[in-house]
Amino acid sequence: MAASDTTVAAKWRWGLLDVVVVVFALVPVLWIASLSFKTTGTLTDGNFVPREWTLDNYRTIFSTNQFVRALGNSIGIALIATAVAVVLGTMAAYAVARLDFPGKKALVGVSLLIAMFPQVSLVSPLFEIERSLGLFDTWPGLILPYITFSLPLAIYTLSAFFKQIPWDLEKAAKMDGATSGQAFRRVIAPLAAPGVFTTAILVFIFCWNDFLFAISLTSTERSRTVPVALSFFTGESQFEDPTGAICAAAVVITIPIILFVLFFQRRIVSGLTSGAVKG
Amino acid sequence: MSTETETATAVDRAGPTGAVPAPRRGRVGRPTLSEGKRAERRLGWLLCAPAALVMLAVTAYPILYSVWLSLQRFDLKFPDEREFVGLANYVTVLTNDYWWTAFGVTMLITVVTVAVELVLGMGLAVVMHRTIVGRGLVRTSALIPYGIVTVVAAFSWRYAWTPGTGYLATLFGEGAPLTERASALAIIMLAEIWKTTPFMALLLMAGLALVPEDLLKAASMDGATAWQRFTRVMLPVMKPAILVALLFRTLDAFRVFDNIFVLTAGANETSSVSMLAYNNLIRGLNLGIGSTMSVLIFLAVAIIAFVFVKLFGTAAPGSTDEGGRR
Repeated sequence: MAASDTTVAAKWRWGLLDVVVVVFALVPVLWIASLSFKTTGTLTDGNFVPREWTLDNYRTIFSTNQFVRALGNSIGIALIATAVAVVLGTMAAYAVARLDFPGKKALVGVSLLIAMFPQVSLVSPLFEIERSLGLFDTWPGLILPYITFSLPLAIYTLSAFFKQIPWDLEKAAKMDGATSGQAFRRVIAPLAAPGVFTTAILVFIFCWNDFLFAISLTSTERSRTVPVALSFFTGESQFEDPTGAICAAAVVITIPIILFVLFFQRRIVSGLTSGAVKG
Repeated sequence: MSTETETATAVDRAGPTGAVPAPRRGRVGRPTLSEGKRAERRLGWLLCAPAALVMLAVTAYPILYSVWLSLQRFDLKFPDEREFVGLANYVTVLTNDYWWTAFGVTMLITVVTVAVELVLGMGLAVVMHRTIVGRGLVRTSALIPYGIVTVVAAFSWRYAWTPGTGYLATLFGEGAPLTERASALAIIMLAEIWKTTPFMALLLMAGLALVPEDLLKAASMDGATAWQRFTRVMLPVMKPAILVALLFRTLDAFRVFDNIFVLTAGANETSSVSMLAYNNLIRGLNLGIGSTMSVLIFLAVAIIAFVFVKLFGTAAPGSTDEGGRR
């Protein structure tokens, strides 16, 4: 890794490796996008690029209640779960990063245990508990497990961010007569905003992605999210192939992810790496 | 589990007034807790209580309830026949061929995908960390598999291998790869590896960033080859990061569900344990057997985690106390 790194040959070598990574990462995404633009006639031609382009598949899914309701559920559930998890996570992470109190290690330990917890082990008891509480097939029925499983991620990432915030500012605020609570709201919170935002993206991606809870704890359009609705898609008649519709819906729920990644790549990378090692 | 009860009591003690038991060591020269210190404790507990309560309420209680359910004959199709049967469900599951096939499939997927991901992830981490052209582009592209909904990616792979529709279907001659056990398992693993290698790479990159540049330069001047620099300098520094990445990916791989659900729905003996538990529960509505499998999966994960934490030693995340005041 000496001076030779900057030579033209080295640039080509790295460039080639870059291309391999980019192709490897993008091909499956481009493929499903391509399928979503194919006409019914060319859907099964096996061509990577559509021979005839159409938006029919998108028109179809947006005209069905099945997809539109599911999209609403996905957005609503993910946003609420993210908001709650980030608020609770911020509170706990602040305490972990800044305060000294007995039980802190236990909290970190519990978070670690939950991060490793096999979600499927919760499916049967939650199914039964939520049925008796009337939470089965409702938004809160999904929001609760989502909050639970994103809290460890939120606490780790946020406490790593909080530890980087300069101590002295908080001390100065306290010396000026602010209480711990005021120091939290007025000084630390604004400084921590970028970290909170990054965590919100990571948590949203997690909730947006879930399939196991969504398919086990819902039974109707009332609370089914898009990943689940996708797997239930059938054509308008039993003779119609749902492939085009599934692909169009898949592309629609991939758009937010692509936007996050395009605009916040740096933040996501720093969030994931800092939470992982320094947590 | 002992740590969980600890927090629970810590939370209880935070109570409405935050009545902290005053330290009783009133020996001379040992100052009791100052007002500020006590306020700090109270604030700490108050801030942590909601998160701790939610996490415990949604995991600890259900897993105990799951153990209780697993000791009963409880089939929602025949609710009248519900009764306590002791360990009979465990005998049923553990003597069942489907369970052991699914267990074997899960272990195979876990071991193969994690091993491949470690190698590919290390390569990707080095590229993301060191590339001198287009670093942003590489990082952005690598994040797409990480962020994309697993079900979406799974459909992409399914259609890619579907005869007639897919661009990959004729790669290995005629036939439908997803309907044969070996090729279907290979495709499931491919889908898993594609999806999660970037996550592995990001965790490894965090470790890579800790390798001191000077050390690499010094090794290089002492005549170390690239491979020697990698094995002698980088790997030792990265060991904690590697173990963290391996632990999280192993436990995650063991839970494999989404890809199998979409790609094969568990046909031709490609079910994982998660898939089998789901089928018994939601399709079969057999809460007793489903819960038994849940408990067994929980135990398997606990054993894997225990083995890893033994390997970690003190390198486990959260064991360092750097966050403490002073």
